[in-house]
Parts: sequence; C-alpha cells; structure tokens
Amino acid sequence: MNTPTVSTIFNSMDYGPAPEGNAEALAWIAGHGGSFGHWIDGAFTAPEAPFETRNPASARVLAVVSQGSQATLDKAVASARRAQVKWARQPGHARAKVLYALARMVQKHSRLFAVLETMDNGKPIRESRDIDIPLVARHFNYHAGLAQLMHSALPGHLPLGVCGAIIPWNFPLLMLAWKVAPALAAGNTVVLKPAEYTPLTALLFAELAHQAGLPKGVLNIVTGDGATGALLVDHPGLDKIAFTGSTAVGRKIRQATAGTGKALTLELGGKSPYIVFDDADLDSAVEGLVDAIWFNQGQVCCAGSRLLVQEGVAERFYAKLKRRMDGLRMGDPLDKCIDVGAIVDPVQLASITAMMDANTEGDTYRAACEVPEGCFYPPTLVTGLSSASTLMQEEIFGPVLVSMTFRTPVEAVELANNTRYGLAASIWSENINLALDIAPKLRAGVVWINGTNMFDAAAGFGGVRESGFGREGGWEGLLAYLKPAGTAKALKPVPAAAAVSEPAAGLDRTAKLFIGGKQARPDGGYSQPVTGPRGKLLGHVGLGNRKDIRNAVEAAQAAKGWGKATGHNRAQILYYIAENLSARANEFAARLSAMSGKPGMAEVEASIQRLFTYAAWADKYDGAAKSVPIRGIALAMNEPCGVIGAICPDEAPLLGFISLMAPAIAMGNTCVLVPSEPQPLSATDFYQVLETSDLPAGVVNIVTGAHADLAKPLAGHMDVDAVWYFGTAPLSATVEREAAMNIKRTWVNHGRARDWMGPDGEGKAFLRAATEVKTVWVPYGE
Amino acid sequence: MQSPTATRSLLPQVTHPRNDGMPLDLDWVASVQANTSAIERRAATLGGRRSVKKDYQAAWLCKAVSLIDLTTLSGDDTAGRVRRLCAKARKPVAPWMLEKLGLPDLKVGAVCVYHDMVATAVDALAGSGIPVAAVSTGFPAGLSPLHLRMAEIGESVAAGAAEIDIVISRRHVLTQNWQALYDEMREMRSACGDAHVKAILATGELGTLRNVARASLICMLAGADFIKTSTGKENVNATLPVTLTMIRAIRDYQDRTGIKVGYKPAGGIAKAKDALLYMAMMKDELGLPWLQPDLFRFGASSLLGDIERQLEHHLTGHYSAANRHAMG
Repeated sequence: MNTPTVSTIFNSMDYGPAPEGNAEALAWIAGHGGSFGHWIDGAFTAPEAPFETRNPASARVLAVVSQGSQATLDKAVASARRAQVKWARQPGHARAKVLYALARMVQKHSRLFAVLETMDNGKPIRESRDIDIPLVARHFNYHAGLAQLMHSALPGHLPLGVCGAIIPWNFPLLMLAWKVAPALAAGNTVVLKPAEYTPLTALLFAELAHQAGLPKGVLNIVTGDGATGALLVDHPGLDKIAFTGSTAVGRKIRQATAGTGKALTLELGGKSPYIVFDDADLDSAVEGLVDAIWFNQGQVCCAGSRLLVQEGVAERFYAKLKRRMDGLRMGDPLDKCIDVGAIVDPVQLASITAMMDANTEGDTYRAACEVPEGCFYPPTLVTGLSSASTLMQEEIFGPVLVSMTFRTPVEAVELANNTRYGLAASIWSENINLALDIAPKLRAGVVWINGTNMFDAAAGFGGVRESGFGREGGWEGLLAYLKPAGTAKALKPVPAAAAVSEPAAGLDRTAKLFIGGKQARPDGGYSQPVTGPRGKLLGHVGLGNRKDIRNAVEAAQAAKGWGKATGHNRAQILYYIAENLSARANEFAARLSAMSGKPGMAEVEASIQRLFTYAAWADKYDGAAKSVPIRGIALAMNEPCGVIGAICPDEAPLLGFISLMAPAIAMGNTCVLVPSEPQPLSATDFYQVLETSDLPAGVVNIVTGAHADLAKPLAGHMDVDAVWYFGTAPLSATVEREAAMNIKRTWVNHGRARDWMGPDGEGKAFLRAATEVKTVWVPYGE
Repeated sequence: MQSPTATRSLLPQVTHPRNDGMPLDLDWVASVQANTSAIERRAATLGGRRSVKKDYQAAWLCKAVSLIDLTTLSGDDTAGRVRRLCAKARKPVAPWMLEKLGLPDLKVGAVCVYHDMVATAVDALAGSGIPVAAVSTGFPAGLSPLHLRMAEIGESVAAGAAEIDIVISRRHVLTQNWQALYDEMREMRSACGDAHVKAILATGELGTLRNVARASLICMLAGADFIKTSTGKENVNATLPVTLTMIRAIRDYQDRTGIKVGYKPAGGIAKAKDALLYMAMMKDELGLPWLQPDLFRFGASSLLGDIERQLEHHLTGHYSAANRHAMG
C-alpha cells in the first residue's frame, strides 16, 4: 500500500504509526552479546542452561538467559548471606542513601527501562513509561524514607535476614521494586527470581544498581522458570519467601515452606468485582473499566474483571462500554498510540483462548478494533452470566470482562463477596453514603471508590482469602520484612496430664465445650481426665473432634455481626469480662494451682490486666489516612480478619487463652479457641465468665481436646480466616501446611517459647495478627 | 415540538440535521452525573495514549487550521484590525507550505468578532466561503436586559453573521433554575433564525463539572447547534476535563435524539500540541464527524501561529520562528 499523503490523511484523520525507538535497549542487549548469566555477588555469572526470552509482539528472540540451578542458588544465597550482616549493621541513613540512589537511577534511565520492559512483556509503552517505571522510582524513594526512619519509628525490630523473592511477568520491574525496596530498607538482602518470560529489566536493574552504589551481594538475580523458583523456595538458607503470582503456585509455596520457619507473604490471584450503581457517572465508570481490565491486557492480579451493574442501567451501560471497546487501539506495544498490547506469551494466549472456547454461556462481545496477527487477544465482554458460570468464578488473566447485574446494594455486596478471592474491588456511585457503606463490607484488601488500579508506595496492597496475605507498601509492608529483636528459646513441653492416682473430691462438675453461647457435649461422646501434678483427678473435659470444630466454626461465622459492634462496645464487654474474672479470682487461682501445682494468683492478675489492655485497644487501634499522591485520601482501615482459630499454649492455661482471645475479639473477630491440652479447666471454667459478661453467643467458642487431632481440621477449615498456634514445631508445620487449603493467614511459634507474663505476651503483634489492613482509596473533588 | 429537519444552512459544510431541541426533561437533567476525579484522570492520561507523528501530525495540524474560529474580541478592535484578521483567515498558512502539503485551499473555520465588526468581516471575507461568527447577548457577562440581548442577535444576523455565539445566564445554572435557562436559550435560538447558535456556558464560572454537564444538556434540549466552553474572558477557559464533560453530554444527547450537536472549546488553547490533544479526544469520544468544522471549532487567536511554526518545521526539518509567518 502507498504511504498516504498529508491530504489523504486530512480526510481520513487516522492516527498513523507513532513508534518509540528501541535502539538503546537493543544496544544494551547486544552489549552483553545477547546472552545473560545470573547477577550474583555484584557481577554477571557465565551463562548456564540457556533459554530464550522473546518479544511477544513480534515473536522475535530478544536475548538468551540462564536457567538457575541448585549450585547457582547456593552461590547467590551465600553471597546474600555474606552481605546481609554488614548491610543490616549500617545506620538506616546509609541504606536510605543507597535506596535514594536507586530511585534516581531508575529515573535517569527511565526510558531505557520502559522500552526494555515493553519489549520483553508486550505491554504498551504508555503503561511502562507512565505507570510502571514512575511507580518503581516512587517505591524506592518512599522506602529510602522508611530506611531513614525505621530505627526511630520501629524500635525493637530486626531484619529477617536473606529474602527469596519470586515475581511474576505482568509487572516485572514494578514487582521487583515491591519486593526489593522494603527488603533492603529493612536491612535484608535478596535473591530474586524474575519470571522466565520477562527477566531482562531485573538484570538491567541489578547492573545499574551496582553502578549506583548498591553493595555486592545485597541484591542477586537468578533467572529461570518455575523449577528454579521451586529450588529457591526450598533453599534452606533463606529466612523469608515473598511471592507474587498465581494462587495455585502460592498454595504450593505455603505447603513447601510449612514448618521451615521461613516468613512468607503471598500476593496471589483475584477476580475483583467492579460494582456500578445506578447513580454512578456511567461514562467515567466505563472509562474506569479500560483502566481496570484492559490495562496490561487484563494480565493484572487486581484487574476489575467481574463487572456487577445495577439492573436498571445495565443495558445503557453495556452499550456505552461496547462503544468504548470499539475505540480501543491494539497494536505494536512500542507504538505510543495504542491502548492494548500483546499477551505476554503464546502459552498465556492459549490459556485465555481455551477458557473462552470452553464457555457456552452468556453473550460474548469482541471489540471491533483491529487485532494484529500474533500473540494478541481482543478486548472482550461477556454479559448475561450468573454466579455459577465458570468465567464468573475463575481468573482469566486476560482482556476479558465478565458481567452480571444486581438489584440492591445488599445483593451487590453478596455477589461481590461470592468468590474464593479477595484482592481488590471498585465501587462506582455518586452517593458518598452508599460508597462508604459498601467499602467496609467487601472482602478485599484494596477498595477503590470511583476509580480503579490506583497504587502507591505509601498505601498497603494485598489480599484476603485466596488472594494471599501480607501487605506491600506503607509501614505495614515494611513490617513484613522485620521481626522482633531477641531470640526465643525452645519451648519446654508441659508434661501430659498424669495418670489418675487419686479420685476426685466433691460434687462432679462436667466441663463441656462452649459453642454458639451454649455449653455443648462433645460430638464423639468421649471425655478425658484432667489431673493435678501428682495424679489427683480434677475433672474431665470433652474430647473434641472435627465435627465439634465444624460446629464451632459455624457458630463463629454466625456471630460475625460482632465485627460491626463499635470499638467502645467491644471495650465495655472486655472490661466486663475482666470484672467478672476478678470477682472469681480466688477460684481461678486455685484451679490453676490444682492443675500445675504452682501458685496461680499471678496468672489470674495478669489475665485481668491483659483483658484491660485489649479493652483499651478496642477503640484505639486506629487506621491511617495515607499520604498518597492524589487529590483524595487512601484510608488504611484495620478490619477484623473474620473467624480466627487459635490453639492456645499449654503452658499458661488461663493467661495464654486470654492472650489470644482478647486481641481477637477486641478487634472484632469471632474465634474458635482450643485451650491448653494438659490443663484445660481454666478455659472451661472461663465460659461461665463469658456467659455473664454480655458477650454475644458465638463470638468465643471453646473446643477442648487433643491439639494433634484438632489442629488439622481447624487449620484446614475453609471458613476460618486465620489460624494461630503456640505449641510444638511439628504441629506448627501441620498448621501451616493445612492452612494452604484456603491460603489463610497463620501465626505459629515453630516450637519457640513466649513469655506470656511479660511484655511479649501482648501488644501490637497481636493486634496486627487480629486485623487485616484494608486500603480504601477515595479520590474526591467536585 | 419540531422534529429534527435537514434545515438548509448558511454554512457550506453542514451535512447534518440541525438540532431543533426537545422538550425540557428535568428527570434526564437530574440524572446527569459527572465525577470530577475520574474525568480528570481520563483527561490527564489521554496525552499518553494518543500521539500523531510526521505526515499524520502535519495532516492533523492542517485539519486544526480548518477548525479554527479565528477570533478577535478586544475593546480596541478596528476595521483595519478585522480586515487584517480576515486576510489571514483566507490565507492562514504560507502558500508555499500549503502547496507542499497538498492542501492549497486550506482556510480557517470562521472569523469571530463583536457585532460592530460583523459588516466589516463579512465584506472582507466575501467570496471566501468563510462564515462570520458574532459574539452576542451582552458578551461576555450576558447581563444586559433580555430584550436588548435578543435584539443584538437580530442585528448581528441582519449584518450577515452566519453564526451567533451567545452567552448563557450563569445565574440560572448556579441557582439550578433549569427552566429559566431552557426558556432563555430557546428564545435565543429562535432569534437566530437560520444562523447557527453556539451556546457559551462560561464553564469557568459554573462551579462544578456536574453543573457543566447539566447546563450542556439544557442548552442542547433548547436547540443549541454548538455548545462552547468559554468567552475567553473567564479566569479558567477551555480545559480537557470540561471538554470531556461537555462532549459526553453531546454523545448522550445524540444517543437519545439522533442529533449531532457541535462543540467549541475556546480560550487557552494556544499550542499545536494542545490542539492535537483536543482533536484526539473528539475522535475517541465522539468519532470522526466531530473533526469537521460543522461540528467542531477551536475558539483561538494565537493557536494558528504555533501551528504554522510546527508545519514549517515538518516541511524543512528546522525549528521555525514567528516572524517568518504572516500576522493575523
């Protein structure tokens, strides 16, 4: 075809090509001979087991990179270990200076990073240039500040050590920044494995970071596919794994790291709802969808992929949406005038295509835009689906929006929450009452009101449910790379109850389970004796089983209205519990003493104090208004996790129980508590205190029995949101492994002791474990 | 109410039925929403999404020239000044450049003047096909007596103005007196007769984008052929967020009535790059018909100069200078 003349374009008013140059990026690749080793200990290694990385838009090979082996990882971890001590020992200011230099380095080479990212990933240059790379610089800048302030703002914390990071291909450099910046700020060193489709910007970053003054070994890059990733997860030299990727792989990592003591944060998949109420600015909500599901070809974990539209405006909204879809421009990702680029790899394209081909429901609309040959998939809308449709439930990870309608705000919330995931959500309404009412009701880590896909280093990002746990960004993100100072000793096991050598005295008093506010006999119909240290029979407790756990969890779920009670109200009840415990202090002290053979009053006093502590916190564990660069606010709201299952320590039968119960209910959770196994009677006595303290039924449920039997059903229960365990190392591993089922949060001690009487027995660590930070973005302006 | 008819117009370019208006529908008006933050975000990211280069850019800039209402609205306007402007309107770009670009007949969209200058402009543009637009109705404040404002329209039309840029009473918007705004606009439309009417909303004085959206709709319901942002005399004139708000209203109006209403941003668009951005927004939000002078105009006085420099750069590869191009 002839090149059109100015006068023909004058009539057609076409956009024409607007290519971004890529000479510099190609020159960088060529400068390395088109072949890369790993970046270890401040230098590139010789290439090993080479594989190709391609530009998905052209299918051309960009470079050959190396598949990391066990030996390579050993070298990388050893380098990181050597570097870590010195890196952590420096004052925060020294690390701040380096992180600041990295931010400046990214800015100085911003176009090179953007072009290379677009070539390796296929995303439009607009996105890498205007979104990804500026966010990377912002992330390092922000974390330079955290490094500077950390020692004064978070005393008593130490870095974890060496962190392994595994990142996905959808935001290669941005995900590197999200892992590396907080890790380094906190004083950790890192071994990072980029995704096999998109390794290049990580290698460029490492090379330039070295030039910018990052000491050798602080950041090591080992490339490779999932096999290398699995070796990294299993590497014994790591203290933490930070993973962003699919829920399936996240689950495997949870299982693989169970019991190893490695800290873990998972940022996984999603099927985030995008709710449009009938009073929304519909045109803006349509445009929001462009940023929600056609951003990065929909290959975004928090993509607003599940459109819920209020029925009365649905037809009009769909018409507007289809017209907008037709106006999207697909093409060469390096073209400055396109909206939608290439799918990252033919494998991903095949996965999207297969899911769509398998669908027989609803009405499918494909954008009328031109679709280039090759690894491209057109923007697609499927309307008329129901919650039962596969496409409505499963993550497609492509430019496909699925949709259904709702009638009322209540129904919108029900449909929005009708998913295994809980990453993000968008709400569109011009009614502030409605929007701010809906935001807390959505099960998601991030909520955008009249907006979508807004990110900032200051605001926490992360999910609930099977979207993972842990937050990235903000102070809450930094804490995921820190641990309390001091080393915990191994926990000395409490001896099992002695054999009965002396019969019980007095009138029999049967300790029952406490489920849904009622005393309940154990489902199995078995009891076990509880004895004093010399074998005196003190009574029997029910031997709970998995059905009792099931019943208790159901009762806890039914009591979730507790989370809506005001902090003041929860505080009043905790004070009342303390008051009633105090009234019976002598009785509880005697019971503790009878079980342990030691004086019990100190533990009772400490328990009363602890109840006061969390009564105090109930209305004081404030969220935050984050300083994000928009006109608006990002609210970090501390929300209850939901239902917390807690297996209490054996060694402090009353105080340990209260130390877990009180923060859980103070923050609005309901809970299922398994008391001390050898000395459970203080906990079963305690339900009488609860019964007289106005605590709603089901907020606290108590199931006695063998920890080894109850840990599995509790940790594996799909309707439990978090599980805590303070006992042996093997059962800690069981809890973490079983928790992989629905990727629930865990908090276990790996067989380490905690001084329940001392300051470690309470405080912010408990409050953090009892809450999820939900970031609610509220842009405003009229 | 009249049904839309293919009214013959004084404008040679007009190919669409004229907007005869609709009954006032207050339910529709009340349902109009405009989310400022989201609109600003769309406006702010458009420049990163759309880019035209080389010959395409040159063609787009030539198109921009054809969309300009070349304007002088100053207290010190004289017949001589207006004639000079009209001469520029006939030859907006140096003939050698237009030859090279293959668009030797390129002209601006219209010349826009005060009423007193209409006759001069009509005379100066005789035979060129370039219409004269008159600002009217007590421009810019629109606070002179209603009967005088109506009379002014009639006189401008009689003097040969093919287009009348009226100003609305901002107070009707600010007090949400939609009926009064509708009635006033309707009366002005009627006074214009065959001359096309552009309703200037003075968006910089309407307080909110929601008001802009609702006022846009009222003016279209009352029969405006064009809706226009500003007089150029407000503190804030045309902006991309205001533009997005108004053209979305135009789109909704077309969806419901089938009628295309034109759009004119005015004031503050001085750079070729800005013009390209506005045009990309029109193309993406409304489509190709809104890149023709019968549905889109720039109200601008200094924009042309920058376009001329950019076009010369395109043709020569050298950055240009203002003194190389004829003054308007």
